[in-house]
Amino acid sequence: MKRLLDAGLLLALLAAVIAAFAYLRIDLGALTGSENLGHMGDYARRFLSPDLSAGHLGAIGKGALETLAMSAVGTLLSAVFGLLLALPASGRFGWAAANPARLLLNALRAIPELVWAALMVFAAGLGPNAGTLALALHTTGVLGRLFAEALENTPQAPAQAIRLQGGGAVLAFVYGTLPILWPQLLAYSLYRWENNIRMASVLGFVGAGGLGQMLYVHLSLFQEAQASSVIIAMLALVFAVDALSGWSRQRWVKA
Amino acid sequence: MTLRLTQAGLQHRDGSHALRGVDLSIEAGERVAIIGPSGAGKSSLLNLLGTARPPSSGRLEVLGRQPWQLSGRQRQKLRTHIGLIHQAPPLPPRQRVVTAVLAGKLGQWGLAKSLLNLLYPLDIPGARGQLAKLDLADKLFAQCQQLSGGQLQRVGIARVLYQAPELLLADEPVSAMDPVLADHTLSVLCRHAGEHGVTLVASLHTVELALAHFPRVIGLREGRIVFDRPAAEVDRGLLDALYANEQLLPPAPPHIGATAVQIPRC
Amino acid sequence: MLKTAERDPAALPRLLIALLAIVLLWPGVRLSELDLGVFLQSGSSEVGRFLAGFWPPARDAEFLQILLDATLQTLAIATAGMTLALLIALPASLIASRALSLSAAVRGGQPLWWAQLLRWPVRGLLIFLRSVPEIVWALLFVRAVGLGPTAGVLAIAITYSGMLGKVYAEIFESVDQRPAHALMQAGSGRLAAFLYGVLPNAAAEMLSYSVYRWECAIRASVVMGFVGAGGLGQQIDLSLRMFAGSEVASILLTFFVLVLLADLLSRLLRGRLG
Repeated sequence: MKRLLDAGLLLALLAAVIAAFAYLRIDLGALTGSENLGHMGDYARRFLSPDLSAGHLGAIGKGALETLAMSAVGTLLSAVFGLLLALPASGRFGWAAANPARLLLNALRAIPELVWAALMVFAAGLGPNAGTLALALHTTGVLGRLFAEALENTPQAPAQAIRLQGGGAVLAFVYGTLPILWPQLLAYSLYRWENNIRMASVLGFVGAGGLGQMLYVHLSLFQEAQASSVIIAMLALVFAVDALSGWSRQRWVKA
Repeated sequence: MTLRLTQAGLQHRDGSHALRGVDLSIEAGERVAIIGPSGAGKSSLLNLLGTARPPSSGRLEVLGRQPWQLSGRQRQKLRTHIGLIHQAPPLPPRQRVVTAVLAGKLGQWGLAKSLLNLLYPLDIPGARGQLAKLDLADKLFAQCQQLSGGQLQRVGIARVLYQAPELLLADEPVSAMDPVLADHTLSVLCRHAGEHGVTLVASLHTVELALAHFPRVIGLREGRIVFDRPAAEVDRGLLDALYANEQLLPPAPPHIGATAVQIPRC
Repeated sequence: MLKTAERDPAALPRLLIALLAIVLLWPGVRLSELDLGVFLQSGSSEVGRFLAGFWPPARDAEFLQILLDATLQTLAIATAGMTLALLIALPASLIASRALSLSAAVRGGQPLWWAQLLRWPVRGLLIFLRSVPEIVWALLFVRAVGLGPTAGVLAIAITYSGMLGKVYAEIFESVDQRPAHALMQAGSGRLAAFLYGVLPNAAAEMLSYSVYRWECAIRASVVMGFVGAGGLGQQIDLSLRMFAGSEVASILLTFFVLVLLADLLSRLLRGRLG
C-alpha cells in the first residue's frame, strides 16, 4: 500500500514537471538551437573583458561601501525593533499583546526584502535609504521571531530575584534576563547581517542603492564590460563575507 | 513585630499542600533557624515570608504591612526591605560578580542610576567591602560562571548584605560550602544581623549549625510546625522525631545557561 | 599587601569598543542615507493614499484571472527550474564527489592527487553558479532571452544546480562508502557502483533536500519577477507602477497563501519520502 502511494506521488511529481514545461511553453530545442546559443554566447563574451579602470573601480568601491552600510544599519535597526517587538510577542505583557505582536512580526517576515524595497522606493524615493528601510522591515520580522523564542527559553529565576528585592520590571530585565540572552541575540543578528549583505547587493535592482543599482544601470545601458566588473565585485563581497563568517564561527562559536 | 503568620497555608499548583495552618510570629532583631527534613516546606515558608508567593489561606504580615493587600508599587517598596538569599543564587552566568552584588540596591536606586551602573560599576568599594567579609574580594571582576557553587552562594549573600534589608531570609545559604567555611559564613550573617538590628530567618539542613548560631529554632515537617523553642531546649528526642524516616533527596540545582543557538536556512 | 585598583578593569576596553562602534556607525548612517522620517510624514502624502488603497484587495473577475495566471506561472517557473537544475546537478555532483573515485576504492579512501585535481574545475564551476545571486542571473537572462518566464526558469536552473550539486556531492560522501568500494573492487562500473552502492542510502536525504529547495525556488521565482522574469513578482511590479494598491494587496495575499501551501506540501512530501 505504501509503495503504491509512493509510486503515485512520483507519478504526480512527473506530471507536475511536464505540466510546468507545457504551461510555460518553453521550447528547450529552440533555446539550445545553434542560432540561439550563438546569440547567447556573443552576449556572454562581452562580459569577458571587465572594465578595470581606476574611475570605475572607485565607483564600485563606493557602491560596495554603500551596500555594507545599508546591510549594517538595516540589521542594527531591526535588532532594536525586533527586540522591542519580541518582548510582547514572547507573552511578557499577556496574551492580548502577544497575538498582535506575533501577527505583525509574521507579516513583516512574510514579505520578501525585494518587495519591501519596491514599496520603500515608492515611499522614500530612489537610493540607499529605501534599501536600508526594506532590510530593516523584513529583518525585524525575522529577528523578532527568533528573539521571542530565545526570550521564552530564558530562565526566569534571575529576573524574579531582582523583582523580589524591589527592583522594577525594566531593571529585572536588564539585570536578570539580558545578561543571559545577549550572546544569543548577538549570534542571530550577526547571522542575519551576513544574509543581509548578500541581499543588499541585489536590492538595487528596484532602485534601492548599492552595487545592485549600479549593475542594473550598466546592464540597461548595454555596458557589459562595466556590469561584469560589478558582478565580480559582488562575488568578491560574498566570498569575503563567507570566509569571515566561517572563520569567526570556528574561532568563537565552537569554543 | 517583624513577621506574623496566622493559620497560613500554601498550596502547590498540583493541589498538594506545601504548608498548612502555620502560626508564627518573629520579633524585630530575632535570629531564627528553620530545620526539618527535605520536602518539609522550609523553602515554601521562606518564599511565603519573602512575598514571592501569596498564601493560599490565612494571613501574612511582614514589617507591619500585609503585602498582598498593597498595590503593586507599594509592595515593591516593601520588598526593598526584604532580602532573600537563595540556595542556588539565580545569577546570569556572564554577569560579573561586581554587577551581581551591586544589583542588591536596584530597588533603592533610581532607573537612571541603575542603568548607568550596568555600564560602569558605581560603587566598587561597597561591593568589594561586602565580598571581603566573605573572603571573596579577589573575585570582584570575575564572571559568575567562573565560580564554584559555594563561591556563588557567597556572592548571593554579599548581594543581600549590600542591599542592607531590615528582614533577612536565607534558604540553605551555606549548603554548598565546606563545614569550616559554612560556619564562618553563618557567623558573618549573624554578626551583620546583630550589628544592624536585622531580623534573620534561615533554613538549614545542618542541625549543629542551627543550634550553634541561632537562639531560636523552629522544626518543620510536612508543612507544619513541629516545635518552636530556644536552641538550648532542643534535645535529641525532638530531633529524632523531626527527622524520622527521612529520605535523602538532594534538590537539583536550577540550570541557568544560554540555550543552543539554532539558525534557520533559506 | 598591594592595594588593588579601585577602577573597573573592563572600563577602558568598553570605552574603546563604544568609540569604535560610533566611528564605524557614523559613516554607515551617512552612506545608507538613513531617514526614518519617511514613516512619519507618509500619512498625508501620496504614499498614505496609496497605502489606504490596499483595503479592500482587488477581486474583480478580470484581475483574478490575471492573478491565477501569474500564480500558475510562478509555480511552473519553480518546478521547471528545479527540474533543469536537477538535470545539471546530478552529473556534476557525480564528478565533484569523491565517493565514486576508482583510485580511492583501491587506495583505502584516498584518491590520487591528479584525480583530485580533475574534480576542482567542476567544484569551482558549482561555486560560481551558486555564488552569483539568482536575481542577477535572472537579470542577465532577461537581457539575453527577453522578458518572460524563460529567464526565470534558466536563472533558477543555474543557481540551484550549483546548490544542489554541492549538497548532493556532500551527501554521497557522507553515506557509507564500503558498498560502493566493494562493488568497484569487484570490477563493476562507476555508474553501477553508484546506483547499487550509494544511491539507496542517499536517496531519502537527496529527495528531502530537493523538496526543500523547491519551496525556496517558489519564493525566489516571485522575487525574480521584479526584473521581468514573469510570475507574481512581475505582476507586483506592474501594479506598483500603476499605483494600484488594492491589486498589490491581492497579490501579496496570494503570495502568502502560496508560500504557506508550499511549506505544507514540502513538509508532507519530506515526511513521506524522507
